[in-house]
Parts: sequence; structure tokens; C-alpha cells
Amino acid sequence: MERFEVKFPASAAGAAQHPVLAGVVSSGNLEVLVETGADPAACSIEVNTSAHGFRDIWEAVLGDFAARHAVGGLRISINDAGATPAVVSLRLAQAFEHSRTEAP
Amino acid sequence: MNFPAFPAQAWDGRLRNRAQRIQRAAPLASGRQVAPERIVALLEAVLEPGDRLCIEGNNQKQADFLARALVQTDPARVRDLHLVQSVLALPEHVDVIERGQVSRIDFSFSGPQAGRLARLVENGKITIGAIHTYLELFARYFVDLTPQVALVAAQAADREGNLYTGANTEDTPAIVEATAFKGGIVIAQVNEIVDRLPRVDIPADWVDFTVAAPTPHYIEPLFTRDPALISETQVLTAMIAIKGLYAEYGIRRLNHGIGFDTAAIELLLPTYAADLGLKGKICTHWALNPHPTLIPAIEAGFVQSVHSFGSEVGMERYVSARPDVFFIGADGNMRSNRAFCQAAGHYACDLFIGSTLQIDLDGNSSTATRGRIAGFGGAPNMGADARGRRHASPAWLRAGREARAGKAMPRGQKLVAQIVETFREHMEPAFVERLDAWDLAESAGMDLPPVMIYGDDLTHIITEEGIAHLLLCRTADEREQAIRGVAGYTPVGMGRDRRAVENLRDRGIIRRPEDLGIDPRLATRDLLAARNIKELVHCSGGLYDPPKKFRNW
Repeated sequence: MERFEVKFPASAAGAAQHPVLAGVVSSGNLEVLVETGADPAACSIEVNTSAHGFRDIWEAVLGDFAARHAVGGLRISINDAGATPAVVSLRLAQAFEHSRTEAP
Repeated sequence: MNFPAFPAQAWDGRLRNRAQRIQRAAPLASGRQVAPERIVALLEAVLEPGDRLCIEGNNQKQADFLARALVQTDPARVRDLHLVQSVLALPEHVDVIERGQVSRIDFSFSGPQAGRLARLVENGKITIGAIHTYLELFARYFVDLTPQVALVAAQAADREGNLYTGANTEDTPAIVEATAFKGGIVIAQVNEIVDRLPRVDIPADWVDFTVAAPTPHYIEPLFTRDPALISETQVLTAMIAIKGLYAEYGIRRLNHGIGFDTAAIELLLPTYAADLGLKGKICTHWALNPHPTLIPAIEAGFVQSVHSFGSEVGMERYVSARPDVFFIGADGNMRSNRAFCQAAGHYACDLFIGSTLQIDLDGNSSTATRGRIAGFGGAPNMGADARGRRHASPAWLRAGREARAGKAMPRGQKLVAQIVETFREHMEPAFVERLDAWDLAESAGMDLPPVMIYGDDLTHIITEEGIAHLLLCRTADEREQAIRGVAGYTPVGMGRDRRAVENLRDRGIIRRPEDLGIDPRLATRDLLAARNIKELVHCSGGLYDPPKKFRNW
């Protein structure tokens, strides 16, 4: 397992309405949890991954996600079981959209 | 008269040679029928050193009994053969090379035997003439690669030797026509000999010998994709394809590859595409095998016509029950024809879309990897602009306008798309600076790197990152950035010029899912019209009968 946390300065998203869990951990898949964080001007993302040596790719994927969405004030946790960047981006987008619009 | 006098010469050498072969074989047959236990001796009697030999087989049906018989022949008698055939798929196809009975091969596809073949080439055991596309190889059957002997497979023969090839007619007409009309010998293995055939697919006077094989010929269910294995990323790329390409160009006539990416598109037609109001506007006419994943779209009334290269195991009853859609004989069974369907895919379709293993910065793509000589089968015929095409359609005209902006003479262009996830399994990038095909060409001494789709034929690339309209690019530099722009987090993608890519996005050359108004929340497996094989069976009204290995309920 590798664990790290990245933090992006971001405009306030109007904080997540409610925590949302999207995706399930299985082979080649991952779990994303979106919650309200402490700092409304930043987005913190914690990554727990079973794959080693892809931190630069993670940071690029997460950086693009934070740039494309209004993620300020969110705290996101990711449990990864070897998902491809495509799956990571899709799950993040799904979890983000759900966190803004749907009741838990 | 200014015509020199020539010495008298014989003009029937091939016919006399044919008569000699038949004469040598006659004692081993009973009329045209050969007992299975005498087939090895018959092959030894018929074949001559240096013969061009076609063992019928494709990625679907195989003349497997005759292939097994060939490797039992005496290498001292049956030798120096030149194999001219669609595929080297069976172990026996390569065994006969290893036994030293073959000196040269011309073929199209060798998927399952690709590794063994590459070793034989590297060790100098065999010379490859060329790796053809199917149409190209069939064409050469009628020019300079006409077989002296063809070993073909049919469902049934009658007592006279007429053949019924039925739904899996495939390559048989092309092979038999070339062989029979140029003094060659045609030997057919059949699953059964019957008094009366459902219909005649190959007339008896084109066939010299028939043998009832002890076991039915093998057919690979190559076009069955279990929807249970379709990923959410593939659902997303299918949504991008439908909204960003099919709807955009109004594509009605098309061919799909055999991957899960295109299976996902087929399964989104009755759901996502129908919700977008696209029924009747896209995907009405197909050059396609009877893909089980097309069943929901057919049932939903999306599909008006399907012509097929071959059949698909388990689809026979369903296909027969939909004669308005498929090509069905008076006997009620489908007839496929690979040569005609390849021609249909090349000339009469506006779009080819398929997947690949590697795409380079020029948009060249290949499934060739080091140590494997696999070939491409039909994809290059479908995935190439038809330069001989002269009829117009809205999709073809629009692609031509976009690609040829500024040129005086109006002309259309075929849409050729590659659909890939940026990383394959094990984080292998689908985008590369240099195709492995170059290394393969070098190690195997090929004239050309084996490229499946050339970059100048490729109009679109679709990944989970969006769609790149390569045909709108005006310079090589723009094109490279458009490719990098959908290459995601691969080294090729990370190497993009961010400003150039944003500029391409502003001009609509790259469109992200959000630019197309695609809601990522819809990109789940719930959007598939059938989520597993059992649901496909249900959707077919119980007419689809999947092979055992796909039944898990």
C-alpha cells in the first residue's frame, strides 16, 4: 500500500451537501468518498493505493480534476485497487456530481 | 499481317496436370466421396511439390480435419508447399511448417499462432510473402496466388458433391471459384453427407472430393462479447462515440470492430441513443457479423439491415427468425460471404470504428507487438478511405468537406475511428512515440512495419478523455497535439502543449465529455441494454443459444 495526501487551492464549491460514496473496491476498481472539509478555499485528497510508483500520474489526474470542477471545501478519500486513470477520473467526476445534487 | 509465326504449343497444361492428379487420387475415392481413413493417402496423391495450397479457415470456421490430415502426410512426398490462406490459426497450420513441408506463406491473420510464427521466421524456417488484408489476398487468388489445391469446409454435401455452407459460408466461394476455374483441385470436408441439401451454396462440378469428417468442423465464437465484462469507462467512451461522432455526422451505414468498446456502443443504442432521439437516424445498415450484443438494438427497431462476413455460434436461430434484417436464403438460413462483406465494409459504409493496441503521434495504429506476427484480417479494408468510392451520403460528404477544406474539387471521405482507453491492462499505454511494429518489421525482415490503420486514413480518436477530430487539423503539429490531447496521462498525453490543446478544444477539434454535455453519472453499467449474456438471451426471446462457455447461470 502507498498512502499520500495532496491539497489544491480552489474556489469554494458551496461545500458538499452530504457525504457521498461512489464506486466499489474490486480488481481494477476503486472507491471514492466525498465529504465536507475544514478549509472552504482548498480541496484535500487522500489516496490509498495498492499500486506503487504512479504518484506523478496520480497528481496529474487529481490536479486536472481539481482544475475542472469547483472542488473548494471538499475532502476526498480514495481507496484504489489498481484502477486505470480513466476509472479514477470517471469515479471522481461521478462522486463530485452526486455530492452536489443527490440526497444520500 | 505483321504477326510472327509461333511454334505450335499446348494450351491445356493445367487441365492435363489436373487430370493426372485426379487419376492418381481416383483409386482412393469412391466417385467423389473419400472415406476419412483414406484422406491422408489422397492428399499425398493429389499434392505436388511446389503447390500453392489453401487450407480454408478464418477467425471463424476451420477445415480442421483436413489440416490434421495434412500434418500426417509423408514429408518426403508432400513438400515445398506455398500456403496461401486467410489464417494460420490452428496448431496444425504451424506444425506443417515445422515439419519442413512448407517453404513460403502468404496470409492475412495468425492471432493464436502469432508467437510460434514469429520464432519460425526469426529462425529462417519460413519465408513470408506478405501479410495481406482479406480482400487483398482473395484478389491475388485471381491473379498470381491461385491455389493448385484447396481444402475447404462445408456443413454438408449431397451424393453428387454439392455443398451446403449455410450461415458460415465465409471464404468458401472465393477460394473454390479461384481454384476450380484455373485447373485446381477442391477437396471439401463436410460434417455430414445427406440425400438432400437445404440449398446448394457451391455446385458439385466445382468440387472434386468430399470427405465426411469424424467431428464437425471447428467454429470459434469470436464475436461474442459478454456484456458483464464491459467497464464503466467503456460505457463512457461509447457515450462519447454516439453523441460526438454518430449523431454529429448522422452515420447510418457502418462496421464495428469486435472489441468490448464497440460492443458497449451496440448496447447503448436502445438506451442512450434512443433517449437522444437517434433511432432511425444512426446505425441503420451494417456490415457486421451477427454480434449477440446487437440483439437489443435489432429488437428495438434501430437496425434495418445486416450483411455478415460469417456467422456466430449460437446466433443461427435468432438470425433465421429476423429475415427482414439479415441475408437469408429461400431455405430459411443465413448466407454469409467474407469477400462481399469486406467489399461492403470498404465501399458502402461511412464509418469503421474499432480498437487497437498502439497509436503513434501520426495516428498510425497497430496491434503488432514484438515477438508476435499476427496480421490484421479485415480491419485495414474497413479502416481505410475507399478511394474508388463515387456515391455520396451526408456523413461521407461532411467528412470530405472537413478534411479537404480549401481544395477545389469536392470529394467525400470515409470516417475511420479508433476507440481506446488511454491505458490498457497493466498500465500499458495505448499511445506511444514509436509503434512496436517497427521492431517487428526489423526482426522479421519485413518490407514494411505492419500497420493496421494508417494515420492518413484515421479521422477520429475516441478515449475517455474525449474525441479528437483529426480530419479538422490543418498541420502535422496540430494533429500531434490533438492526439496528445486525448492521450490522457500516458507519457504521450503528459507531453502535450497545454496551450495548444486548449486552443484545439476552443476550435472544437478536441471535445471533452463535458463539452458534449455528457453527464458522467449516467456512465454506469445500468445504461447497457443488456448487462450479461442471460439478458441477451432473454432479449432475443430465447432464440439466441450461447455457447456453453458463455453460460454461467
